[in-house]
Amino acid sequence: MSIRLEKPFQALTPENIEPIQGQLGVYQLADAKGEVFYIGYAGGRSLFGLNGELKREMEEQSKGTQFRCEVNMQYISRYEELLMLHKYDFGELPERVLSEYPYKIGVLSPGN
Amino acid sequence: MDYQLTEEQQMLVDMVRRFVRTEICPLEDNLDPDAGEIAPEDSERLKEMTKKMGLYGLGIPPEFGGPDVDVTTQTLLSFEMAQHRAGLYNPCYNVFGGAGLAQLYEATDMQKEKYLFPVLRGEKSSFFGLTEPSGGSDPGRAIQTRAVQDGDDWILNGAKIFISGADHADFGILFARTSEDKTRNGVTCFLVDTDMPGFHVRRVVHTLRSTKYATEIQIENLRVPKENILGELNKGFAIANDRLSRYRIPYAAGCIGVAMKAQEMAIDYVKIRETFGGLLASRQAIQWMIVDNEIDIRTSRHVCLEAAGRADRGDDFRTEAAMAKLLGSEAGGRVVDRVMQIHGGYGMTKDLPLERWYREMRIRRIGEGPSEVQRLVMARNIIGGSFH
Repeated sequence: MSIRLEKPFQALTPENIEPIQGQLGVYQLADAKGEVFYIGYAGGRSLFGLNGELKREMEEQSKGTQFRCEVNMQYISRYEELLMLHKYDFGELPERVLSEYPYKIGVLSPGN
Repeated sequence: MDYQLTEEQQMLVDMVRRFVRTEICPLEDNLDPDAGEIAPEDSERLKEMTKKMGLYGLGIPPEFGGPDVDVTTQTLLSFEMAQHRAGLYNPCYNVFGGAGLAQLYEATDMQKEKYLFPVLRGEKSSFFGLTEPSGGSDPGRAIQTRAVQDGDDWILNGAKIFISGADHADFGILFARTSEDKTRNGVTCFLVDTDMPGFHVRRVVHTLRSTKYATEIQIENLRVPKENILGELNKGFAIANDRLSRYRIPYAAGCIGVAMKAQEMAIDYVKIRETFGGLLASRQAIQWMIVDNEIDIRTSRHVCLEAAGRADRGDDFRTEAAMAKLLGSEAGGRVVDRVMQIHGGYGMTKDLPLERWYREMRIRRIGEGPSEVQRLVMARNIIGGSFH
């Protein structure tokens, strides 16, 4: 089982968000080229879970933004795992994550 | 046996209780219910407070700069430090500091300089690498990680699982088999830097808890100098065993502390919640749950303090520590379960800490040796022999 989030990206549009339920989980946002620029989670304080978080993102992001998400009750450890994987793959965290995540990030070397 | 607190103990308990309720709990109101950390600036501010309280570095021996607090008092404080949402696995978000790996106090001077002192100064963090995919309950026999001597170095190969903190650590203690002896007598303890070539944290092992999550480690041709052997060659299991016994007391205390807080929540709730025209407190079914909680808390607390008292007196405390760990983790689970039942639907929500404690408390019956192994340890000590 891959530990990376490898589902295909979808356009961040109302029709694509609508079927997503209010569950806990993690998500990634990417630009039109598919380059991830944000990793977030819908946690215990998110109103309407992933559905609510993605709707909020849709209102704030530019056109062409894509997303993919994963329902996951262990959203904190999964979120941190995705951050570590991103750092392993790209050498640094996405800029917006850096401004939100003040903690020391762990080091994973998962191989490819 | 008298468990009346001394005046000084009562003062310390009151001080820590106040600290948890006025400094820690309010921060959690603004954190995710599963959060494992507070903001770094809050952490630094609270560490300054615990230093002023004279309680920073509990568990660090006085000769290494820790406060001179005995095991019994530390246990009483551990009951208090666990009484918040993240308290089971991250009591007070570590703002009281910690002893780090106790085995390092027995290290060589060079090892202390490189590993122990930076930990005590808060500059380095560590992990404890014992459990392997082949098993954790009988590590002396289950360890398959091999170390083969090559000149002045040892070459390690193998895997470890359920290792907390390895992804954030600067170094750790790794146990590996160094002889053909398949028992605990062929195991050696190595100090390993996480930036050494061949050390890999492969993945997060997702479990019922999010905070202080576990990881899986792979070790591939990891070259370790012989100076990094901790203790004696082929006698590493004694180091592991000593740690396992010592850690059972605060481990139990954390479970009991959470149970105490859950019981407090239950008592508050039954006095205000009405059903069928009467308070829950007036219902015998509820009263019995509250009483059963109290029995669970007091019995496990009593044994936990007995273990701590024996440790303070220098007596063998292995049986009592195992009993405390078993009782604390099992009683804690029962108490949290009953308190959820009393709270009904609210008990299941992330609005209250109960669902987090319920998930995390379940791990406690497995972590640091499952209940069955604690019984084995006690049987061995009570009857004698190792029953092969």
